[in-house]
Parts: sequence; structure tokens; C-alpha cells
Amino acid sequence: MNPASLLVFDVLLLLSIVGLAWASLATTDVRRSVILFIAFGLVLAVAWGRLLAPDVALAEAAIGAGLSGALLLAAAHRQPRLLTPESTNAPRNHGAAGAGVVLRWAVTLLCTALAGTLAWALLHVFSSTPHDMLPGAISANLAASGVSNPVTAVLLNFRAYDTLLELAVLLTAVLGIFALGQATPGYQPAGPVFDGLVRWLVPVLILTAGYLLWVGAHAPGGAFQAGAMLAAAGVVLRLAGRTDTGLPEGFVLRIVMAAGVGVFLLVGLALLLLGRPFLGYPPAWAGALILLIETAAMLSIAATLLLAFLGGQPESTGVKAAADRQREEISRC
Amino acid sequence: MLTTQILYALTGCVIVALGLRGALLHASLLQRIVAINVMGAGVFLLLITVAYRGPGLAPDPVPHALVLTGIVVAVSATALALALARRLHAERDDG
Amino acid sequence: MINIMSAILILAGVFFYLAGSIGLLRLPDLYSRLHALTKADNLGLGLLAAGLSLHSQDLFIMLKLLLVWLAVLAASATSAHLIARQARRQETGS
Repeated sequence: MNPASLLVFDVLLLLSIVGLAWASLATTDVRRSVILFIAFGLVLAVAWGRLLAPDVALAEAAIGAGLSGALLLAAAHRQPRLLTPESTNAPRNHGAAGAGVVLRWAVTLLCTALAGTLAWALLHVFSSTPHDMLPGAISANLAASGVSNPVTAVLLNFRAYDTLLELAVLLTAVLGIFALGQATPGYQPAGPVFDGLVRWLVPVLILTAGYLLWVGAHAPGGAFQAGAMLAAAGVVLRLAGRTDTGLPEGFVLRIVMAAGVGVFLLVGLALLLLGRPFLGYPPAWAGALILLIETAAMLSIAATLLLAFLGGQPESTGVKAAADRQREEISRC
Repeated sequence: MLTTQILYALTGCVIVALGLRGALLHASLLQRIVAINVMGAGVFLLLITVAYRGPGLAPDPVPHALVLTGIVVAVSATALALALARRLHAERDDG
Repeated sequence: MINIMSAILILAGVFFYLAGSIGLLRLPDLYSRLHALTKADNLGLGLLAAGLSLHSQDLFIMLKLLLVWLAVLAASATSAHLIARQARRQETGS
């Protein structure tokens, strides 16, 4: 690859990233801001590909741009009044216009100083001799980890504790969302075009999720990307006005939500009982254990992200409830 | 010191600054949430740039795993923030 | 030889993307802009996918790129339909 053309590509890519971030934050229209943020996330995914991080690129495109964008867009559409200053009592909009301008300049200078400090620290890091300790240790132990994709090995074997805590953070966030209210009202039933798309898109998404889960052991992929695809299938069903978004009911839903953390903990405790360290997989069993944990984590992540999009505890899909909802939606649109 | 690393690191710093400025100065709650997400994206850019070791060597997988974790945590925090905003709006409507 | 053909296909795809972007910026109203975006951009994506699959010379990658193109085709057609229908409804005030 010609280094000069790669430099041109890099400069263009970075200019578009900065330009999109600037445009997203400079506009006052909230919907435009969110859509530019989605575009920013997708171009950022290209940057991850350029920096040889395909796992992160998949996750950014699916979760960072896709699901985040869907969440923000749904919020922007649902409550435009939420976004005006009066409804959130922002004090900085009251008072003299002069004080406002001074404050803005002070904050801008502060942020520039922060950027400068970060840049100085990073240039200092880059000019010192690089440490090869961690990458060397990982490639030396990769064969005993049970998978051949180094990122999956780090996520689910060498630093499995971090992933366990991350799943716990996801669960906590969803519990917080549950505590804050019921799910948002659904959308009206889709017309034939969208419904036709959903009919074949959802099975393809489920298949792709299974493929990403399996292939994560030896190629870019894994539980997070697969979980995001399943959540996307549920989001698409929801947007098409279906009452059944694929989530289980009641007790089974709670089991699925807790499955990620639960299976992780069970595996760790079982290994403790067998005399090994917590989450210290025996090399012969590591591949199978990782796949088991990843499957549970995929279901849990999918359920959690879909519940986050729904905005709260889903209504039951009993017949009476469905009829009530249909009457509500017809009267609304 | 690779040119790509310097370029991407500087961009990451700029995006962190942009996001922080947006989070502090914007009036609307939703745009502040978007700004915090942009700031998070800048931090991820810095992490992945540190992990990049040039076109010949495989990159360092530990920052990749950290960023993967970070992306998922960021989206769950965004979801919680949006639910809080929705509840805040409902409360102000009533009271 | 394969490289030259794939380069030609990729350049043609990029040209159609450029045409679609110019259409987005210069065309007068929403419907014609949607037209430019879906038709030109999807054709550009198809040519890009064809060029890349030729360059990779791997059947599995070619099938995956074909699936990507079909998914984007269906999704962009559906979203263009939804946008146009909503704009029409807002115009006629229904």
C-alpha cells in the first residue's frame, strides 16, 4: 500500500470525522444533530477498520451508531419539548447575554487546554520506546486460551472479570430503566412494504447473529456483535408495529436478562469448587466454556438492549392487552 | 513514532474537546447526551490509536477489548440517561 | 488483469456515488433527491461490491458482499418509500 495515498485517505477520513462531530454539535435542530451523530458513528467504524480493529468496527456500527442512534432518534421524535431550555431549567440561559458569552469562551478555552494536555501526553507516550509486554504475553498464551481470535481471548479468558462486570453494568442499567417507568407506546402497524422487508430481514438478522457468535472464536465477531444483531431484529419488529418483539414473558424474561451474569458466575464458581482459580478455565475445556458463556451473554445482551429501546418493562401480550393497545393506537394516529 | 498515530491521536483529542464543550454548553438535554457520546467516541479513538502498532505488526488486543466494553457501557448509559430525561419531562409536566 | 478489472469496477462505483451525492445537493425537491440517493448509490454499491469480490477471488467473500448489497437495496428502498409516503401525507395534510 502506497504510504502517500494512505496518508491522503487518513487525512480525508479524519477531516470527515471531525467535521461530522462539529456539525452534529453545532446545529440547534436536535433531529439533525442525532442523524449527524449516526453518520459520525458509521464513519468512525471505517476508521476502526483502518486501524486494524475489525471487532471494534463491527461493534461500533451495530451498537455505537445503530442502537445508540435508534435510541436517540426515538427520544428526539417522542418528546421534542424535552429539549427546550425551560423544561430543564438550564440557568445559564437566564441573565445577561454578556455573562453567557464570557462563560462560553471560558469553557471553550478550558476544553482546548484539555485537548492540548491530552495531545502532549500522547505524543510523549509515542516518542518513548514501545512496551511489547502485553501483546507478547497474549500471543504466547493464545494457544492455551481456547480461541484463536486475540480480542475474544482477552475479553472472555484473560480479562473475563472485566466482561463479567460489564454484563452486570448492562443489567443494572436496564433495572434502572425498569424502575423509571413503563415501556413507551408502540408504533402503528406497518404498511405492506415495510412489513415485507421485516418478514425476511428478521430471520436473516437472527442467522447472522448466530454466525457472528460462532465465528467470534477465530475471526472478528463475538457475543457483543451477535447480541446487537438480535436486538436490532427486535427493534425492527417493534418499529413495524408488531406487538411481539421476540422477548419472552415474565419469569423467562428475568432468567434471560440475568443469564449473562448468571452463567459467567456459575462457571467461575464451579471452577472454584474444582480447585482452579475463579474463571481460570482448564485449557482443554476453555473453548467450550467460552462458547457457553458467549451464548448466554449474547441472549442477555440482546434482551437488555431491546428492553433499553422499549424504554421500560414491556406490557404483557395477552389478548385483552393487545386489544386495549390497538384501540389506543388507532385513537392516537 | 508513526505519522498515522500522531494524526489519529490529535483527532481523538479534538473530538474529546468538542464533546466536552458540547456537554457543558448545550441547552437541550438530548444534545448534551449526544455530546457525551461524541466525547466517548474520542476516547475510544485515543485508545485504539495507542493499540495500533503499524501496518506490519498485529495490534495490541487489550485496548480493543477495553473499547468494545466501553461501547456497550456507553449505549447502556445513554439508554438510562434517556429514560431519566423522559421521567424528568413527565414529572415537570405534572408539577 | 483481474486487478485492472476490479479497479475499473470500483472507480465506476465511486463515480455513481459521486453522481448520487451531486444529485442530493442539487436536485430541487425531496422526491427527486430520494430518487438520486437510492438509484445512484445502490448501483454504486453494487459495482463496488463486484469490484471487491473480483479482487478477493474468494467465493465466500463474494456471497457475503452480495448479501450486503441485497440487504442495503431492500433497506434503502423501504426507507425511501417510508420517507416519501410521510412527506406526501404531510403535503396533502392527511
